[in-house]
This record gives sequence, structure tokens and C-alpha cells, in this order.
Amino acid sequence: MKAARVSVIAGAAILGLALAGCTGGGSSGGSSGGAAGANLTDKGPITYVQGKDNSSVVRPLIDKWNAAHPNEKVTFKEQSDQADQQHDDLVQHFQAKDPNYDVVDVDVVWTGEFAAKGWLQPLTGSFKMDNSKLVASTVDSGTYNGTQYAAPQTSDGGMLYYRKDLVPTPPTTWDAMMKDCDIAKQAGIGCYAGQFAKYEGLTVNVAEAINTNGGTIVGKDGKTVTVDNAKAKAGLTRLVDAFKSGNIPAEAITYQEEQGRQAFEAGKLLFLRNWPYVYNLAKTDGSSMVKDTFGVAPLPGMTGPGASSLGGHNAAISVYSKHKATAFAFVQFLQSEETQKFFVTQGSLAPVLASLYDDASLNQQLPYLSTLKTSIENAVPRPVSPFYPAITKAVQDNAYAAVKGDKTVDQAVKDMAAAIQTASAG
Amino acid sequence: MTTVAGPAAASAEAKAKSQTSNAAAKSKAHRRERGAAWRTRISAIVIVLWCLLPFYWMVVTSFRDVGYTFETTPLPTHFTWDNYITAFSTRLGNHLGQALLNSLFIGACVTIISLLVGTFAAYALARLDFRFKGIVLGLILGASMFPGVALITPLFQLFTNIGWMGTYQALIIPSISFALPLSVYVLTSFFREMPWDLEEAARIDGCTQAEAFRKIILPLAAPAVFTTAILAFISSWNEYLISSQLSSDATQPVTVAIAAFAGSQPHQEPYTAVMAAGTIVTVPLVILVLIFQRRIVAGLTAGGVKG
Amino acid sequence: MSASNVVAPPTTPTRKRPVRAGIRKARRGQARWAIYLIVPSIVLLAVVIGYPVVSAIIMSFQKDAGLDPATGLFVQGGFAGFENYAHWLLQQCMNASGQTISCPPGNLGSQFWNAVSVTFFFTAVTVVVETALGMWFAFIMNRTFRGRALVRAAILVPWAIPTAVTAKLWFFIFSVAGVANAVLNTHILWVSDEWASRFAVIIADTWKTTPFMALLILAGLQVIPEEVYEAAKVDGATSWQRFWQVTLPLIRPALLVAVLFRVLDALRIYDLPAILTHGGGGTGNATTTLSILVVDQIRQGFNSASALSTITFIIIFIVAFIFVRILGTNVVRTQEAQQKGAK
Repeated sequence: MKAARVSVIAGAAILGLALAGCTGGGSSGGSSGGAAGANLTDKGPITYVQGKDNSSVVRPLIDKWNAAHPNEKVTFKEQSDQADQQHDDLVQHFQAKDPNYDVVDVDVVWTGEFAAKGWLQPLTGSFKMDNSKLVASTVDSGTYNGTQYAAPQTSDGGMLYYRKDLVPTPPTTWDAMMKDCDIAKQAGIGCYAGQFAKYEGLTVNVAEAINTNGGTIVGKDGKTVTVDNAKAKAGLTRLVDAFKSGNIPAEAITYQEEQGRQAFEAGKLLFLRNWPYVYNLAKTDGSSMVKDTFGVAPLPGMTGPGASSLGGHNAAISVYSKHKATAFAFVQFLQSEETQKFFVTQGSLAPVLASLYDDASLNQQLPYLSTLKTSIENAVPRPVSPFYPAITKAVQDNAYAAVKGDKTVDQAVKDMAAAIQTASAG
Repeated sequence: MTTVAGPAAASAEAKAKSQTSNAAAKSKAHRRERGAAWRTRISAIVIVLWCLLPFYWMVVTSFRDVGYTFETTPLPTHFTWDNYITAFSTRLGNHLGQALLNSLFIGACVTIISLLVGTFAAYALARLDFRFKGIVLGLILGASMFPGVALITPLFQLFTNIGWMGTYQALIIPSISFALPLSVYVLTSFFREMPWDLEEAARIDGCTQAEAFRKIILPLAAPAVFTTAILAFISSWNEYLISSQLSSDATQPVTVAIAAFAGSQPHQEPYTAVMAAGTIVTVPLVILVLIFQRRIVAGLTAGGVKG
Repeated sequence: MSASNVVAPPTTPTRKRPVRAGIRKARRGQARWAIYLIVPSIVLLAVVIGYPVVSAIIMSFQKDAGLDPATGLFVQGGFAGFENYAHWLLQQCMNASGQTISCPPGNLGSQFWNAVSVTFFFTAVTVVVETALGMWFAFIMNRTFRGRALVRAAILVPWAIPTAVTAKLWFFIFSVAGVANAVLNTHILWVSDEWASRFAVIIADTWKTTPFMALLILAGLQVIPEEVYEAAKVDGATSWQRFWQVTLPLIRPALLVAVLFRVLDALRIYDLPAILTHGGGGTGNATTTLSILVVDQIRQGFNSASALSTITFIIIFIVAFIFVRILGTNVVRTQEAQQKGAK
């Protein structure tokens, strides 16, 4: 008898717990009302939200800011280092109109969604950023539908790793690189690899191919589909042909960043497209067989450097922030030369200020910096669209089928265009 | 094979076993048994290798220097403890230690709630006569077959709206949806097979039904309940789908932590550290299961009275 | 815990009458008892399952938010009717000018039937293989031989390893430079080739789940009293005959329960393909199961995802219904027969 009562009580308690949850919510996203026009000049303590601070740069920066601004202190809210979790955490707090998420760090690929939901403060009017000193492509990555919503904070771009013992001068064009593949054949190793497994890296590599040929996937509005044209086809065809000829080894279809790096370090690849992180590892890894025999160059293009896809992070201000003036000042602080330099020296993060790439002492620390500059200057951000997940899915599925030879390039590009269209039509 | 024909069926009547066996039959049977013993032994070896080799590989790799990740020597080479240090290190944004505690906590909550509530339902279903019993049983069976993905979308939206994303309750509540039906179902079948005559006997002796339940049935059911607890706990410990979508850094269980294990660089897949983490997660569970293996196996067979 | 220490003293015939009266009285009380005992479970299930299901169904009839072309901002979608269901079942998509077209490849809607067939393929193959292997495991474990404890311990190892860890382990084994290719002396792209990736998932799943089957079957085997075997042996039945005519009928209930659980489990398979192959392989969808498709859809639109998860649930429900309907009656009958036989 007693036991039964306990169980009833336990059940009721749990029910109560769950019901208490049910009453809390209800409203979901949509229009933000007048939030974007409120609290523009208010100052006070704010919170900065970012994913895991793996390079330990955020806390020292915030300490510095707080020392200088005792009345406008910044609190650091550290999120997970999983992109999906960061995204969901932001969505949850925006949906709850949380005023405590003042400045948020957004991935390029979320900017469109958050902007379209009305959650990000447009950087217009009194919040207009001075973008003149920035690498132009980084600004595009924070711009949706012609309005800037997020301020570039750090950047990243793809580079070409090559074996300077086999190829003394790196190829500057794709065609030249394909010619150099004979050297790889003679050496009995694979020629070129990037990231071709079916995941976000494939979108990055395909977008690079398409952009390098002057094509685009969607227009500046993040909606108009532009991928079904000759330039884009030519770009994708280059990858497909390289797979067909074996210049990209067949197993590269499974490569994410790591597998490519391992193959390159094992001396099994002549050229590798990858991010700057490979540089230090290839220099220091115990198993690296190319420690002293590799170099970096800009991605090869049609006549000059190719168009890298843009990595990195942008900072945005929440429309629900109560102290937007402080938030804006903090965003400017993140872009200041001092902070940007700190990002490089402390965290090996690529800066968004153009001038820093030519800084001699920074180049000493990161010998690839000047190469990276070329990469980022020529970079094109991935589409800033509210439907980015659908776009990247459309690109991945169809490009993957094309490079595997299951689909012609024409068909792949056509399907890609149609799939993106159906996504943005809702 | 021997060619003994004989009456095939060993139906219940065959219990008689009155025939006395002569010496010849005995030696024939002996030979047959020896052949069977060999086959059993070989099968056993194959099974043991099949079950243990991948596990062995995980352990061996976990002790291998990261620079020699893809070494295929079967024996340990380039021995190092580094991978275990890496696995527990939070420097790279991994939280294996925290995740272990989370899994324990979530598993314990889920198990306790499910058993607390489920035991009584199972008793009623196995033992009591009442209308709508079929419907209730069907409901619980239906619940036990319920796919996690059917919960995840509405829960994702609900928890987003009420700010529960990444909280413990957001992980415990969905887990009950499969642990509770599992518990009720397993316990019901245990209870059905228990010697209820004993309960009646106790009632005859003047016990009320509640007393009979407490004094006779509960001690008898304890192994069943304990086994069910292990099963419920393991089902919660293994859960990945819902946790992978609803947990945060601070609350993520080990399954999610390991699947998302980050390397020293943003794109690095730290195989050796993952294998070390896998070993850490697995070994306590394996030990637990081995300690209670009799309980698990015997509990499942809870037919009860032998002989 | 042996039952013998709680065995009540034998009843005597003289006490039978009062018992009958007591039972009749008790029966009236039973219903109320039953309600007390069952209500907590039902309430809890209503909260953790009922609520999400109902809201999923409601959501599945709503449109996902679309963009206002003028501002570029999201606006609420409104009532959708069966549009979301048609999107999945009939592959109906909307193009830019608002016409209904067949979903092009690269849209998740176009993958629905592929995901259904992948899911059923995995289910059929893994359940058959695991049942056969599980039975073999169980028979071996049920025998007496030196080292039996080792086998029992070994078999519990894969079972005790969480699926997510299993997936990571096989992901490592199946990597291009991994040990699977080294041992087989092949260069198979285990996680990206169409059929290799499917078999990678199947192999890993078989490794992980066969012990579960084996344990449940073993449970069935162990309730068979030793005497039944001995009687059959004395009668001269071959081991094959013993298997078909004694063992199989007797473990049938346990076997059916095990298979039912496995089928339902396999139909919602997510962890292994999600971690091992990321749902990829082949043209990129060779191992995309229904559950993976739902998760892929969640961040592209709740309402459409709700429709898909509802469809998934209905599919699983139908399979379970057929299963219980066709075999369920047998479960009961076999159980009754078993109980009669035991008396």
C-alpha cells in the first residue's frame, strides 16, 4: 500500500515537472517587433557568447576590456565546441528573446538564418561599421540581403600544400597543377586531394571550384539560384575530370580534412588543399615524412590564384540586447588592430585586418601568413542564406554524385539549382 | 552422425525415462558426446575471437603513440599512456570526465523512475484481473516500440521554446519513454512466470494481498527487478540519438562526447584518443556486466522454481 | 535467490473452501488495485510519449516558415493540410514560382523512399543474421564445457559497449588505412562505397547486437528443464531432432520476443550509420535511414520533420502490428502449452 502511494506520488511529481515546462513556452520565432530600434544608445554590462575558447584568446581579451570599462563589463558565456549545439543554443535564447545574449559569435553559415528571423541588429545607421581596413571578402560573409548583420572577427582560407622536393615552384593555375601530376605518377603517389567526403567540406571545395571559374551558387540575396550556368559547370567539371583521370586519387572521395592531411604527411600526396592548421602539424608530427619538404602556396586558379571558400567567425549584436551601445563598442574592440594582433600571436587565428598580413613579426610566427592573405583576399564566402542547410545539402548530394561519375555535370548542376529553389520556396 | 532413429519427440510424456541403458548405447553416446564437445570448443573459440578481437583492437590502439595510429601489428607497439591523458584532458574542449558523470546521473534517474513506476504496473499486468488489461498491455507494448525520432522533433521545438535545451531533464524525460516500457514489459514477463501459488499460499496463511506482495513476491522478484534495472540503465547509457540533439557540453552523455571527440586541431580525428575514451567508457561497464552476468542471465530466465 | 526458502507449507484440502470465497472477494478489489498500480506508468508515458506525438501530429499540418520576399525576413507558414506528407510520400516540392514539382535530387524529400528501402534492408539482413548467429551463440553458452565462463564473459563485451563507441571503433577499423583493409589485403572504401558502407553498418550492428539476441534466446533455453533433454536423449533423438522438435518449440516465445524487439530496434537504427558512415556511402545516401533523414530535416524545418517522424512512426507501428498479429497469437498459445507441459 505504502509503496503504491509512493509510486503515485513519484508519477505525479514527474508529471508536474513536465507540465511546469509546458506552460512556460509557446511563442516561436518570426517578427521581432520593434526590438531592432530599442536600446540603441544604452550602455551597461553585457554578455559575449561564443563557442569553446580553444585558443584561450577570449578571456584575456575580456579581462583587458573590463579593466578599461568598469561600468560596461563583459561576461563571457562559453558554449560547446560543437557547431550544432552552438547554433541550437543561440536559437533557443533568441527565441526566448533573452536580453542576456548581447554579442554573439556566429558562423558564416548561420548569419542568413538569424538575420532573416530578425534576431540580429542590422549594422546600419549609428551602428555602421568601418569596413575600409578589412579584407573585403570577410565583410560579405556577414552581409545578408544587402545589409551587414555581423562584423568579421577572425578569418580562414584554404591553401595549397605541395611537396617542394618534387615540385620546386608551385603551380599557380589548375592546368599547371594537372600537368605536374605526371611528377606524382613517376613518384608513384597521388597527385591532388581536397575534402570530397559528403559533408560540409565538400560544399567548401565545390564552391571553391565554382567560384574560381567565376560562377556562383546563389545570388547576393541568398535566394536567387545562379548555379545552373556554364561557369559553374566548368568549375565542377574540373573536379570531375581530375577524379576521372586519377589525378585526384579515388580514395579522396572519403577524405575530410584529416584523411587528406594524413595522406600528405605520409608522403602519399603531391598536392593538398587544406586549412592553415595543417602547417604546424606537418612540421612537427612524429610520423610526418614531409617535415622539411613541403611548402604552401595560394590555391591554383584559372590564370592566377583560385577563390578559396571563407572560414572564420563573425560577431553580431542581438536585437534583444539592453545595452547595444556597449555591445557595438565591444564589437569594434574585437576588430581593433590590437585585438586582431592578439588573435594571431595568441591563437594563430587569421586576422580580418588586411594590414596585419604584411606584418613582418607576425609572418615570422606564422610563415604562411602572406600566402593566406592571397587566399583570403580572393576568397568568396559560402552563400549567406536563411536556407543554408538546404543549400549545402543540395550542393553536396549532387556534386558528390557528379565526382563519383554517377551523374553528368549538367544534370548535377541542374538538380542542384532545382533543389536549392525548392528549399527557398519553403 | 549416428543413425539412431528411435521415437523422435521428447514430449512431456517421455519423462518416463524408464529404460535402462545398456553398455553399447553408453559408449556410442560417449563418442557422440566427444565429437560434440570438440565442435563446441571450436565454436566457442570462434565466438570468443569474434567478440573480443575488435575490442582488443580498441584497447591496443588506445595505448599506441598517436603518430603510429595506423600501425597494424597485432601486438602493442609504441606504447604510451598519452592517449588516456588526452582523452581526459579538457584542453581541447572534450569533457570525458564530466560526460561519464552525466551518463551515470542520467542513467540512475531514468532507471529509478522507470523501475519505481514500472514495477507496480508490471505486477498488475501479470497478476491482477481487470478490464482494459489488453488495452493497457497494448499501450505499453506500443510505447516500447516507439521510435525515438518521433519524439525528437516536437521535443526539440518544445525544449527550445521553454529553454530546456541542454538540460538534464531534457535528456532524462525522453529516455524514460523507452526505459519505462522496457521495464514494464520485461518485468511483466518475469512476474508471469513467478510461482504465484506461493502468494496464494501466503494469503491462505492470513496475509493480505499487500502483505503477500511484500513478504513473498518482492524477495522473489528482486533478481528480476535488479536485472531489469541493469537493462534499463544500459539502455539509457547507450542512448545517442536524442542526446546528440538535445544535450549541451555540460550535460552531454559519454556516447555524444565520444562521437564528437575533438582532436588537437579543428579538423583532426584523434583515433587513438577516441579509442582510449572508448576503453574508459567500456571497461567499467564490462566489469559491471561481468560481475552481474549471472544475475543478468539468470534473471532473464526468471522462470523461478527449479526442481 | 532460491525460491525454496519462501515455499509456504503445503495446503490441506480442508482449507479450500474459505480460499474460494476469498478469491471472489479479492477479484472485486483487484480492479481498483490495478488502477492504482498502473496509473503512474500510463500518466508518465502520456507525458513523455503522448504529448510529443500529439504535438508532432499538430505540427505536421503546419507549413514551415517562409521568407517575405520584400524584407527577406521569415513569416509564419500557416496551415498546410497534407502538404508536408505529400512532400515525403509523393515527393512533392514547391519551385520558386509556387508550382508543385517532383522533388529534385539534393532535396531531402527526394530521399524518402531510398531511406525506407535502406531501413528495411538493414532490418531484414541484420535480424536474420543476428537471429541465426544469436541462436548459435546461445546454444554454445548453454552447454557445459571448460571455458564456458569465458565465452559468456566474451559475449557480453560487445553487448556492454555503447553503440556510439561501437560505431567509432568500427569507423577506425574500416578507415582506408585501417586494420580491416590490412587484414583482408584490400583497398575497400568501407565508409563511402555504396555496398561496402552498407555492409560496414551491418557488420558492426551484427557484432554489437548478436549478444542481445543470444542472451534472450539463452534465457529461453535455460527454462527448458534438463530432464526434457535427457528424456529425448534416452529416447535416442539425434541432436538435430532434439533441436527441431524439442528445443525450438520450447524457445519459441523467447525467440519471438527477441526477434520482435530486434525488428523494432533495427527499424529505428540511427547511431551506427550516423556515426560510422554519416548516412553516406554510394551517391551519398546509401546508409541514410529514416531516423537519419528526420534528424537531417530538423534544422531545415520542424513541421516537415514532424510529418516525416510521424510517417516513420506509422511505418514501424504497421510492421509491429503485422508482427504481433501474425505471430502474437502463437506466442500466447505456445506459452500456454509450455506452462501446461511444465506442470
